[in-house]
Order: sequence, then structure tokens, then C-alpha cells
Amino acid sequence: MDTTLLAAEGEHSPLAVEWPELILGLIVFGIVVALVAKFVVPNFEKAYAERTAAIEGGIEDAQQAQKEAQAALEKYNAQLAEARTEAARIREEAKEQGAQIVTELREQAKAEADRITAAAHAQVEAERAQVLAQLKAEVGDLATQLAGRIVGESLEEEARQKRTVERFITELEGSAN
Amino acid sequence: MTTALTFVAAEGEGFTAPGPGSFELPPVFEIGSLGVTKSMLLIILSAFIVVGLSWYASRKAAVVPGRAQFAGEYLYGFIRNGVARDSIGSEHFMKFVPYLFSLFTFILVNNYYGIVPFLQFPSFSRISYVYGLAALTWLIYNGVGIAKHGFLGYLKLQTIPSGMKGPILVLLIPLEFLSNILVRPATLALRLFANLFAGHLLLILFSLGGAYLILDSGNAWYAPVGVVSFLLGIAVSFLEMLVMFLQAYVFTLLTAMYIGSALADEH
Repeated sequence: MDTTLLAAEGEHSPLAVEWPELILGLIVFGIVVALVAKFVVPNFEKAYAERTAAIEGGIEDAQQAQKEAQAALEKYNAQLAEARTEAARIREEAKEQGAQIVTELREQAKAEADRITAAAHAQVEAERAQVLAQLKAEVGDLATQLAGRIVGESLEEEARQKRTVERFITELEGSAN
Repeated sequence: MTTALTFVAAEGEGFTAPGPGSFELPPVFEIGSLGVTKSMLLIILSAFIVVGLSWYASRKAAVVPGRAQFAGEYLYGFIRNGVARDSIGSEHFMKFVPYLFSLFTFILVNNYYGIVPFLQFPSFSRISYVYGLAALTWLIYNGVGIAKHGFLGYLKLQTIPSGMKGPILVLLIPLEFLSNILVRPATLALRLFANLFAGHLLLILFSLGGAYLILDSGNAWYAPVGVVSFLLGIAVSFLEMLVMFLQAYVFTLLTAMYIGSALADEH
């Protein structure tokens, strides 16, 4: 056993303070704390904060998108309903218009028919009057000739003839009435 | 010392058992009259490792972390949320996260020196470094307590348990003062130091003893025992890895809890 080593051991209790070591340890650790506080912790905190923001932002975005999708769906549904009412309204209108058109056409046709009937009546009436007038003249002639032959004398004066004929026709009309 | 002597007596021809002297390494080089020892170099190296690695892991601060950043964030989150926030409370903890994170990583790296080949010396088996850290923790937790409650208010908080009245206080106040103000830094320092010291001593004993039994004892029958000694040394190394982590964690956790209790409104 080395006695000098023993002596050396006796001098230094393991619990004794070695000032150079203590001070060096404090200085080095102080530098470590300062550097960690300045360069390491802010970076880690930044990463945490950014990650939190990213996750929260993602959730918010998703919620936003969901909201927008919901809004769009509601809008489309509303538009669809509107379109349905519109279609129903148009159908209704078309039906009404159709009915109206049919009525109008019917009325028009009826009016036309009436008009044609009336025209026909008038024509017939006119023709009848014409025929009647002709007939009167012819009947007058015939009657004059017949009367001349029967009486044996020719009525010379045309005026007198006409008066006689008209009187005769008036009498005829009066007797017809 | 006595162990060493008995060994000497028993072996007769000089197996020097490791003792406290094993931690008194000669200076690697000297600056003036100041001897620079291995532990000093290791402490300085640990600063580079801690700051370098944690800066490397955190430098990108990406939303989607890479491998290094993920590992760094895991460790950082462990201290930030698992130690600082849980012990100090979510209101004040952020101020102490840099200190606690540095404390944990600094102790962790220095502890694991004990099992890194060629380094193989846990810095905190030299108690002076531990005194420094314990003193710092003591200053911080008392400092923030006094800053928040005032000197007398803080003393009252630390020495009078809530709801205690009457003559019992004569007994309680000195006891609480002793345990909360005086003994805490000492136990903090001794716990870390003693674990590292004893663990390293065990490792030296098993490896030196094994080597001696196999090579130098001059008795071939001792060689198998030497092999067993080596195997035990390996097993103890694994145990030490656990202890090294735990001690770093305990030191940091206790620091956080002391700060938390100093900031608490009642305890």
C-alpha cells in the first residue's frame, strides 16, 4: 500500500469543497442556462406554438368549410324549392292561358259564324227583294198585256200605265198584308 | 480506508482497493498554479454537448418535426410539462423551464460520462460541482419565494404549516425551518453526489478487482472469480445507467417542487 496515496486520501475528504471546481461548475452551468434560455427554449416554444396554431387553424378551416358547405346546401335547396314553385306556377298559368285561348277562339268562331249567317241572311233578303221587284215589274207587264188584250185597247200613256200598275201592286201588297 | 487496509492485510502483496482517492485524479495540465483536472474538462465538454445537441434539435422549430427535433421535443416536453408545469403550476412555470431543462440535461450528460468508454468519470462524483448546483437551486427557490411573499411572509409560509396554532409552533417552526431552508440543499447535493460516487466506486472495484484476480493474483483458481467480478461489473453498469437517469430526474424534480412550494399560496 502506497503510504503517500494514503496520506493524500487523508487530506481530501470527498465532501470537501474544491473552490476551482465549484466556481468552474457554476460558470459553465450558468453559460449553459443562458444559451439554452436564449437559443433552445424559444425555438421549442415557437415550434409548439406554431403546431398548436396549425392544428387549431386546421380545425377552424374545416369548421369554416363545413359551414360553407351547409350554406351552399341550404341555398341549393332553397333554389330548388323556388324552381319547383316557379314550374308549378308556369304550369298553372299555361293551363289558364290554354283555357283562355280556347274560349277566345270559340267566341271568335261563334262571332264569325254569326257574321256569316247574318251576311247570308242579308243577301238572301236582298235577293228576295230584287226578285220580288223584278217579279212585280214582270207581273205588271203581264197584267198590262193581259188587260190590254182582254180590254182590246192599248193603254198609250206610259205614265198612266205606271200609275195603274203601281196602284195595282200597292193593292196587291195591301191584300198580301 | 479501513477496507483498503484489510484488503492489503488479506492479500499480503498489494491489491489497492479503490477508495475516495480514486476520485483525486492528477491534473491533466496546469495553468499557472491551477491544476486542470479531467472532471473540469468533462464539465466544459458537457456544456458543448448540452447546448450543441439541444440547439441542433431545436434550430428548425418546424411544425412537422424531423427525427432530431422530435427527440429534442420529447425531452423538452418531458421537463416542461412533466416536471415544471406539474410541480410549479401553469401560471409561473415558464420562467423556470430554461433552468430546469438545462439542469436536467447538464446532470444527465455529466452522469452518463460514468459509462462512456474512455471518459468513464461521472463529474458529479466530485461534490464541489454538486454544491454549486444545489446552492443555485437554493438561491432560486428562496429568492422567488421572498420576491413573491416578502421576507417575513416567505418565512411564515415555509415554517408554519397551514392551520397550525398554539404552543406546538414552538416545536414546529425550528423543525420546518431546518427541513425546508437548511437541510434541503444539503440532501439535494448529497443524494446526487453519493449515488454517483458509490456507483463509480462499485464499477472501479469490480473491474479492478476482476483484472487483479485474473492477471495479478498469481493464483489460477482466482481467475473464474475474476470473470464473475467482470460480469457483475457489467450488470452494475446497467444498474448505474438507471441510477444516473433517476438522479438527474430527482434533482430536477425536487428543484421544481421547491420552487413550486416557495411560490405556493399555502402549503
